[in-house]
Amino acid sequence: MKNFLSSRWGIIATGAVIGIIAVSLQKLGNPANMGICVACFERDIAGALGLHHAAIVQYIRPEIAGFVLGSFIIALFTKEYQPRAGSSTIIRFFLGVFAMIGALVFLGCPWRALLRLSGGDWNAITGLAGLITGIAVGVIFLKNGFSLGRSYRLRKSAGWVFPALMVALVIMVAVGFRVSETGPLFYSVKGPGSQHAWIPYSLAAGLFIGAIAQRSRFCTMGSLRDIILARDFHLVSGVLAMVVAATALNFLYGQFKPGFANPPDDHTVHLWNFGGMALSGLAIALAGGCPGRQLILSGEGDSDAAVFVVGMIVGAGVSHNFLMASSPAGTGAFGPAATIIGIVFCLIIGFTMREKVR
Amino acid sequence: MSEKIDARGLSCPQPVVLTQQAIKKGLTEFQVLVDTVVSKENVLRCVEKNKLAGSAAADGETFIISVSKK
Repeated sequence: MKNFLSSRWGIIATGAVIGIIAVSLQKLGNPANMGICVACFERDIAGALGLHHAAIVQYIRPEIAGFVLGSFIIALFTKEYQPRAGSSTIIRFFLGVFAMIGALVFLGCPWRALLRLSGGDWNAITGLAGLITGIAVGVIFLKNGFSLGRSYRLRKSAGWVFPALMVALVIMVAVGFRVSETGPLFYSVKGPGSQHAWIPYSLAAGLFIGAIAQRSRFCTMGSLRDIILARDFHLVSGVLAMVVAATALNFLYGQFKPGFANPPDDHTVHLWNFGGMALSGLAIALAGGCPGRQLILSGEGDSDAAVFVVGMIVGAGVSHNFLMASSPAGTGAFGPAATIIGIVFCLIIGFTMREKVR
Repeated sequence: MSEKIDARGLSCPQPVVLTQQAIKKGLTEFQVLVDTVVSKENVLRCVEKNKLAGSAAADGETFIISVSKK
């Protein structure tokens, strides 16, 4: 079967559809300027589970589950479902942790950086510059033999674990589960965590994006990496399509508000917008996929990607508990320090994990 | 016997990096082994971009990509 979505027009269609769905979800209730930010939504999930206590960002986002499950289902159908693991698992966990710490210093994953740009939020520009810088450093490591090593095949059931967890999360949020009056799941009553589309819409959007992203291999980090590494513009055409579609729709909905000042849920500390995204960019370049792509890979059975995702969720808890996450007021007390520690960690990994693979 | 690059189990983009390095070394006849459809697509795209011919054959769970001059 020819896979249209992996063609040039396929990736462009995928990007455009993701942009349209992201902006439409904002219209349907998701936080303005956030759309389908993977980092923000995993942070909300961490909050809902009680891994942090930032009361305004706690909600099980069905979109995240949808990405994994959409990819899982389509991969089963197309026989691309392939359980595998064993490629430097603990390192991938910490790359996930630091990818999240960096993302929460900036306040967004690469998807959201692009969506923020589409809404006229120029703070995204410094973030994207940081992202490109981080990825460029990652490419240097890749060219010098950086490798997290091989993964190996696992039994079929190994790849079901993560999708099963996602099903459990969706059921829990759908029935409004709580262990007690004061216990998890936590649901924000105000702030971004309280803003969400109707659960079936969120889930359907997630499933659809998960499926087309799996077929098209959509990846924001990969798009920039491939340009730097190989002058390959295949993936970036999808990313550009996403920006164009989202910008057009933001204009149509009257949501395009150009400027630096007071955009919703971000800050204007340019140095750390750059630094946070540089850390995230480097971490995801070493891990081989942007936060969205890691969810898709988890659905395909890649347990190492699932561990990266778990790292991101834990990283969100750490980030808020240890005052590293930014807020509209600016960076957190330990955000800059954590960013530097994260960059040092990634550099050590980049320098030490080199091998001649043959 | 042409050279064989075993890129099975390596995550994105290492199969492509190894293919690129082989092409840069001047190799025009070699094989790349990968084990995911994504890696197969990526390697084939890289080969085409470098004006070489690539064809993939499945051998159990492995894809053998044979690269040759056009």
